[in-house]
Amino acid sequence: MAEKPKLHYFNGRGRMESIRWLLAAAGVEFEEKLFETREEFEKLIQGGTLLYEQVPMVETDRMNLVETRAILRYIAAKYDLYGRNLKQQAWIDMYVEGLKDLSDMIMFFPLSLPEEKEMNLEHILARATTRFFPVYEKALRDHGQDFLVGNRLSWADIQLLEVILMAEECKPSVLAGRNEFMARISHIPTINKFLQLGSQRKPPLDEESIETVKNIFKFERGMFLKNMSTIVAEY
Amino acid sequence: MPGKVKLHYCDGRGRMEAIRWLLAAAGVEFEEIFLETAEDLDKLRNDGRLMFQQVPMVEIDGMELVQTRAILNYIASKHNLGKDLKERALIDMYVEGMMDLNEIIIMLLTYPPEEQVNQLALLKEKTTNRYFPAFEKVLKSHGQDYLVGNRLSRADVHLVELIYNVEEFDPGLTANFPLLKALKTRISNLPTVKKFLQPGSQRKPHEDMKTMDKARKIFRF
Repeated sequence: MAEKPKLHYFNGRGRMESIRWLLAAAGVEFEEKLFETREEFEKLIQGGTLLYEQVPMVETDRMNLVETRAILRYIAAKYDLYGRNLKQQAWIDMYVEGLKDLSDMIMFFPLSLPEEKEMNLEHILARATTRFFPVYEKALRDHGQDFLVGNRLSWADIQLLEVILMAEECKPSVLAGRNEFMARISHIPTINKFLQLGSQRKPPLDEESIETVKNIFKFERGMFLKNMSTIVAEY
Repeated sequence: MPGKVKLHYCDGRGRMEAIRWLLAAAGVEFEEIFLETAEDLDKLRNDGRLMFQQVPMVEIDGMELVQTRAILNYIASKHNLGKDLKERALIDMYVEGMMDLNEIIIMLLTYPPEEQVNQLALLKEKTTNRYFPAFEKVLKSHGQDYLVGNRLSRADVHLVELIYNVEEFDPGLTANFPLLKALKTRISNLPTVKKFLQPGSQRKPHEDMKTMDKARKIFRF
């Protein structure tokens, strides 16, 4: 009798959203324990289940898994969304790592200093349209198949859909003419279900939730770095 | 007949060093093609060999792999440095924590000098308060010679690399972690790792401003 995975995070997207997407796409039901305040977060830390005193944390299969990538890889492999062989896994890894670079930029954008916002948005959109999205376009065009890797649904497709939707929230027309892939992936039953209202998918941050996040994790300064080669999170 | 593994990066540690360690520990020979100028990087980009216009890039098994973690995952899986699903989950958890800490080191010299002081303090604090205690606890909990599965995995290799790295900033950082020190000795004595630790190996020296200046020119930042 398998227990449902239990997700520990705050009530927002952050780093947990990719995990929600992957579980949902795999058709895995999950529970969420979402904290709202700094005190609740500290209580979780005191509980000793966070290896590095950080979230996301997912309780599953008698493990308290932390580190976003560790969790994602485990889910992907367990539910056969990680390719059929080592080389396919390598391609999936390359694709999702690139997507993470882009999605991190979008994720941290709300925490920009006000005077940097416009510049940062332009940077994100430029990267999306010249460095990242063309790669996936080309991959799909080159092999002419419906999915990025191995002619079947994988973590890479799910992650790509998530990031396309995030980019469209930044600028609706960013993906002009790239609708075919999205339409196809969105119609997969488990994914379609996750896209409906009332699913466990979280909305983007607004003014109120940004303040909540800042209070819980004690972000004190603008965190959007100029060259975007990495994000340094302080919490 | 498989071709040789080829690494494309600049002549410094950066994001390629962890890959060098893992290949060395696995006993895999590799060649290195060093970027010397911004034009060298431009050429790789213009030739379409870098999926996201970035290095590291590793030619291996007929692929041009990019993204540090994709490369590390491939090498580790191929050379049996991380086994079944649950073991791999543990390995990944530990390795991701190590990479978070190592990230501070990789980025250190990109900051202005005043900020470098802060980052160094952060490095020491996180090492002794967050990461080393976590890994010491893992070793203590099972009393085995390796972090996961009672056999060598990439987690041990990355951890020992990390220990060497932080000790370069302050040898005293491992003072209160006897099990980590013992692991470091044990892993350092494995034939492949021992070889990599000798002078003249492909291991790169501690990053200095000279390598950083060169990297700035190549990567234009």
